[in-house]
Amino acid sequence: MSSAAARVINFPRAQAILANPELGVRRASTIERPLPDMVPSGVPAIDALTGGLPRGALTEIVGPTSSGRTSLLLSVLAQATARQEACALVDAADAFAPESAVVAGVDLKRVLWVRCCLPNSPFPSLERAGMENCGKKKAKLDPGAHVEQALKTADLLLQSGGFGVVALDLSDVPPVIARRVPLTSWFRFRRAVENTPTVLLALEQQAYAKAAASLVLGLARRDCRWQAVSQQSAPTHTRVLEEMEINAEVLRSQFALKKRPASAHYALPSAWSIRG
Amino acid sequence: MFACLFVPDFPVEALLCLEPELRTKSVAVLEGKPPLSRIIAMNDAARKAALEMSMTRMQAQLRAPEAVLRMRSPEQEASAHASLLDCGHAFSPRVEDTALDHIVIDVSGLDRLRGNLSQVADQIFQRVSSFGLHANLAFASNADAAVHAARGFNGITIIPAGREAEYLAQLPVDNLFPSPEMLETFDRWGVRTFKNLAVLPEISLSQRLGQEGLQLQRLARGAFARTLVPAEAPLTFQETMELEYPIDLLEPLAFILSRLLEHICLRLQARALATNALHLCLQLEDAEQGTGIFERDLQLPVPMLNAKLFLQLLHLDLKVHPPSAPIVKVRLSADPVRPRFAQGGLFIPISPEAERLELTLARSQGIVGEERVGTATVLDTHRPDPFRMERFEVTAPTQKVSAGFARAAQVAQRIFRPPISVGVQMSNNCPARLLCSVPNQPQGDVLACSGPWRTSGEWWSDQAWQHEEWDVAVREKENIALYRIYRDLADGRWFLAASYD
Repeated sequence: MSSAAARVINFPRAQAILANPELGVRRASTIERPLPDMVPSGVPAIDALTGGLPRGALTEIVGPTSSGRTSLLLSVLAQATARQEACALVDAADAFAPESAVVAGVDLKRVLWVRCCLPNSPFPSLERAGMENCGKKKAKLDPGAHVEQALKTADLLLQSGGFGVVALDLSDVPPVIARRVPLTSWFRFRRAVENTPTVLLALEQQAYAKAAASLVLGLARRDCRWQAVSQQSAPTHTRVLEEMEINAEVLRSQFALKKRPASAHYALPSAWSIRG
Repeated sequence: MFACLFVPDFPVEALLCLEPELRTKSVAVLEGKPPLSRIIAMNDAARKAALEMSMTRMQAQLRAPEAVLRMRSPEQEASAHASLLDCGHAFSPRVEDTALDHIVIDVSGLDRLRGNLSQVADQIFQRVSSFGLHANLAFASNADAAVHAARGFNGITIIPAGREAEYLAQLPVDNLFPSPEMLETFDRWGVRTFKNLAVLPEISLSQRLGQEGLQLQRLARGAFARTLVPAEAPLTFQETMELEYPIDLLEPLAFILSRLLEHICLRLQARALATNALHLCLQLEDAEQGTGIFERDLQLPVPMLNAKLFLQLLHLDLKVHPPSAPIVKVRLSADPVRPRFAQGGLFIPISPEAERLELTLARSQGIVGEERVGTATVLDTHRPDPFRMERFEVTAPTQKVSAGFARAAQVAQRIFRPPISVGVQMSNNCPARLLCSVPNQPQGDVLACSGPWRTSGEWWSDQAWQHEEWDVAVREKENIALYRIYRDLADGRWFLAASYD
């Protein structure tokens, strides 16, 4: 259903709920909101599952390491830069790989990259930095500083406006730190993107934004396939990682997503295994 | 028709236009080496306070202790004069750079563009007032009559054509700046005003005072016609302020920069220009090494003309790069360029506003560091993680926006910067277990692996590398994660380079 059609259908329905007391006793949370403008993510299975990613709303992409979060992000960025939109990536752990982005089709000139990891930090991952802080270097390094930098910068970028996609990459932030982010920050982000054409993405290990997120997409790796792995006698240098199979499901959505599958599976090929 | 803009007490006005809060005070400007410096200009308040020209600083301080006494600043006067010229050029391309304190503008034909003469006069007066200069403005059918009227009458004076002698009649003959001998002669004859000189018989005057006397008489009658010499002033937009006391805090400096920027923006606006680069030069007070110079350049991605934005950008820049000593002099200049013309459209992709984006980038740089905000450019090298950070600029749409994107999503890498040192147990020449002494580091049994692939390069430099890379699937506590690890062949140590996500 197109977004325009959804508005036309859902708006009279909301009026009917107000007019009819029997309908009016329904819980507010069960009243589905009309679909906003959606943009394709570049992964057909995800688009079939969610109808795309909503503009003017916060979308959380959650999952553990190697669950395809970054691949989905790069796909979204590739789509947005192909539409010649300016994008911003707030990288809390300084883990963005420009080479991977180019291979995924991202036009890097249209992507503003904010690297939040401290230059003198000996640990690239916040989780690892946090653990190290539990030891002797606690006074020197604050693991939450990176997250604070990321939140401040994301806020600035959202207030500035004009970006097609703003991605806040907290993939490597351990939940114990990310949970400290006050809910008001997420609601402020949501308010900042409301009624704007910006797609706000947050990449995380768990969903933290609660009701501030309009769409929560959970990703998990099902399997990975190695080329020629069945031949046990084959030397290891003759086989390569061919693809990763990803399972995606909508954990929460504020939009009308009826007649859509509950979950989706798709394969992510490695860059070197793509032929043609 | 010609207009003359004359700024009385020009050295004082040059000072007051940048420090308007001094207008209510007695201000005098001195020139010469201390202690022999003497007053060369003063404002009305100083005259009321009984200060006189050629007084020394000591005499002035004794006469009026509350008076503000400043040394003459040729740079500030040059800035004020440039403002005067820019004001003239805002109305007409034919502007004569007559003297430091006055200019003559050819206003012929302006009535078709800007209304009648009094409306033009109001507009010019408004423009010059916006620069903070208190000027007299006079219109006359010839340039010299306009100059004499501007020198002689306060405010706006419009002399109708043919009535110059009548209007100038009461002006003192000193305003013609005759030679001392001539002035003495006029004094002896009892010629005190323009009218006294204008009514003298021409032949007799010529016999006694020669051509010089005749020329002065024509000037006094307002009938001296000469060709205007238009000057094309160089497009340099520079403002300077010498400080009475050194300042060492950013807030008072921002206050000064705000005034200088407002002046520069007004001048650029008068010339229908904008700027894409600001140059700040601070003269520092350094007791040990004499005076030092601190310079900062602010490059803008597009031509802009917004004093508030410039101030915020300079403020953010100075916060990151503060000067090392107190500041005694501030000089700010702008590179003039044509303004940006942007054509809006319904189907143009969304992009950030250049001004807001520049401010956002500067603020972000203040949070995470200057080199950590921008756009990445992949380098043409086999070195691991090859990229360079560059300035982010909004790229204009180059071609028709594509409806779809054909390339499928692929496995992406996440880089560990710097690589994490790990231990690897080998079995049958393959990684069998990833080890790490620190908890929560990736560690566990290797379920599958591929490799090794050897890469090396730059053996000719001190940045040589020689790696043996493996892709491994590691069983962690609740998850199986894919990593790229490598062994540095120079020292045999293992590192975690990236994860696949």
